[in-house]
Amino acid sequence: MLEIKNLHAAVVGGKEILKGIDLTIRDGEIHALMGTNGAGKSTLSKVIVGDPSYEVTEGTITFNGADVLAMKTEERAHAGIFMSFQQPVEIPGVSMTNFMRAAVNARRKALGLEALKSTDFLKLMRDKRKLVDIDNKLVNRSVNEGFSGGEKKRNEIFQMAMLEPSFCILDETDSGLDVDALRIVAEGFNKLRKPDTSALVITHYQRLLDYIRPDIVHVLLDGRIVKTAGPELALQIEEQGFDWIKDETK
Amino acid sequence: MSSESQYIELYRECRSMIHQHSAPLMNALRDEAMADFEAQGFPSQKVERYKYTNVAEAFAPNYGVNLNRVNIPADTAEVFKCDVPNLSTNLLFVVNDKPLASSTRDGIYIGSLCDFAMQHPDVLQQHYAQLASTKADAINALNTALAQDGLLIFIPRNKRMEKTLQVVNLLRSGVDMLVNRRVLIIMEEGAEATLLFCDHAMDQVNFLTTQVCEIFCGNNSRLDMYELEETHTSCRRFSNLYIKVGTDCTVSHNNITLFNGETRNTTDVLLMGENSEVTLNGCVVADKNQRVDNNTLIDHQVPNCTSNELFKYVVDDSAVGAFAGRILVRPDAQKTSSQETNANLCASPTAHVYTQPMLEIYADDVKCSHGSTVGVLDASALFYMQQRGIPIDEARMLLKFAFAGQVIDAIRLEPLRDRLHYLIEKRFRGELNKCTGCALCK
Repeated sequence: MLEIKNLHAAVVGGKEILKGIDLTIRDGEIHALMGTNGAGKSTLSKVIVGDPSYEVTEGTITFNGADVLAMKTEERAHAGIFMSFQQPVEIPGVSMTNFMRAAVNARRKALGLEALKSTDFLKLMRDKRKLVDIDNKLVNRSVNEGFSGGEKKRNEIFQMAMLEPSFCILDETDSGLDVDALRIVAEGFNKLRKPDTSALVITHYQRLLDYIRPDIVHVLLDGRIVKTAGPELALQIEEQGFDWIKDETK
Repeated sequence: MSSESQYIELYRECRSMIHQHSAPLMNALRDEAMADFEAQGFPSQKVERYKYTNVAEAFAPNYGVNLNRVNIPADTAEVFKCDVPNLSTNLLFVVNDKPLASSTRDGIYIGSLCDFAMQHPDVLQQHYAQLASTKADAINALNTALAQDGLLIFIPRNKRMEKTLQVVNLLRSGVDMLVNRRVLIIMEEGAEATLLFCDHAMDQVNFLTTQVCEIFCGNNSRLDMYELEETHTSCRRFSNLYIKVGTDCTVSHNNITLFNGETRNTTDVLLMGENSEVTLNGCVVADKNQRVDNNTLIDHQVPNCTSNELFKYVVDDSAVGAFAGRILVRPDAQKTSSQETNANLCASPTAHVYTQPMLEIYADDVKCSHGSTVGVLDASALFYMQQRGIPIDEARMLLKFAFAGQVIDAIRLEPLRDRLHYLIEKRFRGELNKCTGCALCK
């Protein structure tokens, strides 16, 4: 379970973006986070995973009882927190295989497990690759280098499959995707999802939520969660935009 | 006492001893070389090509010189394992300046320069000290005055060295030591060779090495050469390499500094025949207080030649890296194609990189480019890797390794490429604090 209380955060040396977030995501729940551009959706996700460009000025985040803010970025990952990046980073010269091997084995080490043998690791890569239907050619290249927008997002889901996180943040996974790619990525996520996997899905559109059905929808405006309701809220936003919520909160 | 005077006095006092233990052909040049050295002194940092290295300071300490040729034992089989696995090579050890064996097979001579000079003075006379001018460079002058032996490789017309020759230069001494090594490689028309030079230091004393290497590539010859330095922090290396390239040649030289103290490599390539192709690559990994200064010149004297140059540096801690690469396209050298790149990664705020690509073009129908970059580790890539659970140190290592990889991947000799991947990874993990080959320092 992820629990966020009165979270305030700012760009390091810059202005405050999150102005008191309260959010509880129980095991197995899918929460959607919607809001206007610049409301702080991506900031919230980056603060949860520990992006060093942001500093938390007040509040707490706990994950399964542990103090997330006291953990290093990689320790948060080892605890089972995963973020699918809005803009996955290209890393020329680092092969997907070496990258994944380092990630998988670092997590295993943190969990007190032996590093995977090379043959077992490659088999794992092969199995997961099939599961999310990603081309072998992509896996043999440098991380995200020269990938199309769709390939990058699919690669994020592939990494999710390899790391088996218990809490996933999908940060605008639908941006830059055509309808088919969106469906494939969403189906990949659904396939990987276990009953107790929880997720925070950040999106501007209802479209993604047709595939990944949220239990709860939140609206984030100007650094605060101003409205929380069931899935019907997303449909309403699709039709009417955010202005009516802004009016409501005035 | 100035840095120079101790060497001038040494020569005066030991002139007859030096002569006694060397070949007449080498001796014939000594007096003039020493006069050249006296006349110019060590280059100051105001001299353009030595801007980034303080030569006088490096030569100031009092080093021993083994002028009397005391035999320094080195049971190479016992103490040394530098084999690049899976690479079938002919292995030759050179202890300080002395090759441990000489052989002639199929007309190909590999061994002592001195011995060759006695047998074939005519061949030597045409080549020895013909490229390394004692008037233009004080290191050349000092080396020519003091060097008593070295390595000679002679490959006659149309002969091909079947196996890669691995030359292992071992520095051995119980006291601080100056080693003056000479290398002469003569490739006649149509000759082919792959050469791997590995520099190691086997004793924990201060070593200062001057190496002057002259290479003659006859028409239509092929040379693939690698130099790998893996010494220790008390070693200073001054290497001057001159390559004269004839017509229709393919020459590649790859200079890798993996572990050192202070290194200055001068590499001059003279393109004197048309339709030749030259590749100069280099890779430097430096941390602590290590210094590496590569200074290159590619001199296009004739039309229709191609040159490619790529040097990559990864400097960490308080290390200093310097690169100055001059490409000179002379008025007649039309249709020259030349590309020069120097890319540097500064992994710590106290590391320094100086980079100076230079392109001088006096012909009007050429295709040339040059560029250099200095950057830091990509923060967004580090964060991305950490989010996947990769610890920050490992993430940094992967990025540094990826950066250097471009030069290593260009190595044609596959077993060496694999070995370097392994060594560089170890190096970045901090597990390579001294040379891995020497049983003595384990």
